[in-house]
Amino acid sequence: MAFDWMKIPYSLLTLFIVVNYGFLLGAFIQKIGARAGRRHGIPVWQNYLDIIKNYGQRSSITHGVMFYLGPVFRLSGGVGLLLFVPTIYGSYMFSNLSFAGDLILALYFVFFGTLGMALGAGESGHPHAAIGITRGLSQVTAAELPFALAVFSVALQYQTLSVTDIVGAQQGSFLNWTLFTNPLAVTAAMLGFLGSMMRPPFDVVLAPQEIPIGPPTEYHSSYLALMQTNRAIFPIAKIVIYMNLFFGGADNWASFFLKVFLIYLWSAFVGVCFPRFRVEQSIRWFLIWPVPIGLLSILVV
Amino acid sequence: MSMKPELMKRMVKGPDGVEFEVEPLRDYYCEAPPTVMPAAYSKIVEDLFNWARAESLWILGFGTGCGAIEMRPLMTPRFDAYRYGIQWRPTPRQANLLVISGYLSVKTLKRAIRAYEQMQSPKYVVGLGSCTINGGMYWDSYNTIKRLDDYLPVDLYITGCMPRPEALLAGFTDLKKLIKAGKGEGANQYAENFAWYKANQKQVIHDWDMPDYNW
Amino acid sequence: MNLSDLYNRLKALFPLGELTEQRPDLAFVTLPAEFLRPTLLHLRDREGFTHLVLLTAVDWLEEGRFQLTYLLSNRTQACDIGLRVMIDRPASGLATMDSIHDIWPTAATYQRELREMFGIDFPGSPRIDEEFILEGWNDIPPYRRDFDTLKYAEASYNQRPGRETRDPATHMKQQLYPDTEPGGKP
Repeated sequence: MAFDWMKIPYSLLTLFIVVNYGFLLGAFIQKIGARAGRRHGIPVWQNYLDIIKNYGQRSSITHGVMFYLGPVFRLSGGVGLLLFVPTIYGSYMFSNLSFAGDLILALYFVFFGTLGMALGAGESGHPHAAIGITRGLSQVTAAELPFALAVFSVALQYQTLSVTDIVGAQQGSFLNWTLFTNPLAVTAAMLGFLGSMMRPPFDVVLAPQEIPIGPPTEYHSSYLALMQTNRAIFPIAKIVIYMNLFFGGADNWASFFLKVFLIYLWSAFVGVCFPRFRVEQSIRWFLIWPVPIGLLSILVV
Repeated sequence: MSMKPELMKRMVKGPDGVEFEVEPLRDYYCEAPPTVMPAAYSKIVEDLFNWARAESLWILGFGTGCGAIEMRPLMTPRFDAYRYGIQWRPTPRQANLLVISGYLSVKTLKRAIRAYEQMQSPKYVVGLGSCTINGGMYWDSYNTIKRLDDYLPVDLYITGCMPRPEALLAGFTDLKKLIKAGKGEGANQYAENFAWYKANQKQVIHDWDMPDYNW
Repeated sequence: MNLSDLYNRLKALFPLGELTEQRPDLAFVTLPAEFLRPTLLHLRDREGFTHLVLLTAVDWLEEGRFQLTYLLSNRTQACDIGLRVMIDRPASGLATMDSIHDIWPTAATYQRELREMFGIDFPGSPRIDEEFILEGWNDIPPYRRDFDTLKYAEASYNQRPGRETRDPATHMKQQLYPDTEPGGKP
């Protein structure tokens, strides 16, 4: 198979657009949360300033090789997740490496970042990081379960594992979206989505008022800047998968921006209304509500 | 001077039965003194970094004294310090501003030094209230220090007992101007006069059981 | 509960000093140190004063004694009684008193504070030797009246020069009688 050199600059262009969109959208969603609390919140360009400041710190402490590799794994998880699914369906420029990726790879990458982070934070040796890791991994596992069930249900429904084909099957009118043809799977997946976005009610892992900020306790300077860059890319990449699987994909950048914003808004919408769950409460919630819906969706399909 | 027993030099028996000698203060901590971290590259890059550092001030969430009560309103909608790019971080590794809010007793000074030395350079210290300037209300107390800048390099003082949140916001704005002008080099000042600061600290902290510099 | 009636009942059992009624629901009485424990037990078990509010000390430097005050509260009748005990204040070393941590476990914390701040030892109280508030303290216990806190502060901590006082009395005297010397002579 001939190697398509043009794909490389196009992938970098996609990455660039998504990174900037991620920074701005993250700040925008925080501003929405702030407005819900009747205050103005951070300026929309605040994420850029934080990243520049963290990269510009003059010193940093390392705890070993795995500590350094933690943010690297996380960032590669985010970037890989983005590049292996079609960002804009049907566009040669922006479908990246989706010829080689499929659903199982996407599921793998979603979890890969968290695991790498857990190893890195464990190396830092801080007891708060250790507690944060146990909480975070158990919660993320419970939140991934409905998503995985929904993914299997969708794969069974469309009889294919390739994301491009699934998006293709949803084109036409918007009644072809999986949202309307398989609503149970979409419900399960969207409820699982809330858990992995680390917003209330499921943000006990990273909340500063809990144990000091959980796994990233010892991370600082460039390490933290890498992780913050990932925090811009990874949610967008995950939402791209959701969009492709359940909401019909995006034909052009305008519908991409709109759909990603609306799906992100769903988590913020729930987030500003609710207080935090403890870890066992959230695991119990995941096992009681989204998982049976996901199982039901597999049986029904 | 009695240290905690786990910090003293002693013989330990490992899980494989081998006995070895361990001296925790020397073995578990890094012994290197702090170095002066020079400004980066060219002037324009350093100006960009200073601007970013000023507009993204991360305060260590450590309320050392009664002034902490004046920092809490800044998180509420009425004063909203988040508009200024100020956030509170719970861990010293991620913070670059330490606010000494109010009187500093000797016990807290030991912890504040430990937190300050764990922060990454460049870092700033703001003294809140008159107790950090000349002892304030506790000028004749046996347990509080009277001059903060003998123990930590202070960039800015905010006067008052306690200053109102508006005064704090004005102080942070002044601090931003200072940093953007390139004058926020407290960490380098600490590294250059390290021996003097350490001598002052050890003079008041009688039960020193930390390494000389807590990386 | 009428505190005078309580006092009369107690006086029949233990040798008490005079009763000082500060309010209808608060009174203080002095008693010898040997009778403190039976009085406390009687008040706790028979009279309903089940709550030890505080245990504090007063330094009577001129008489060479410490006064320990045990403040008990009767929650159901809403009245308080304070028992004052005078103990010796040795010229050097620690004063001692019996510990009451087996009657009220919370007294152990108060006794730790008194040992560190006043130098009154309560042998047998749990964790009485550990440092409580002060770390690395190397002088006499600071709450004693012969400890000069200003002298200690000026000697141990660097002061910032240029401190001025805005004492209102001196200021008004300057304003109203400017041609008077500070000593008061014209």
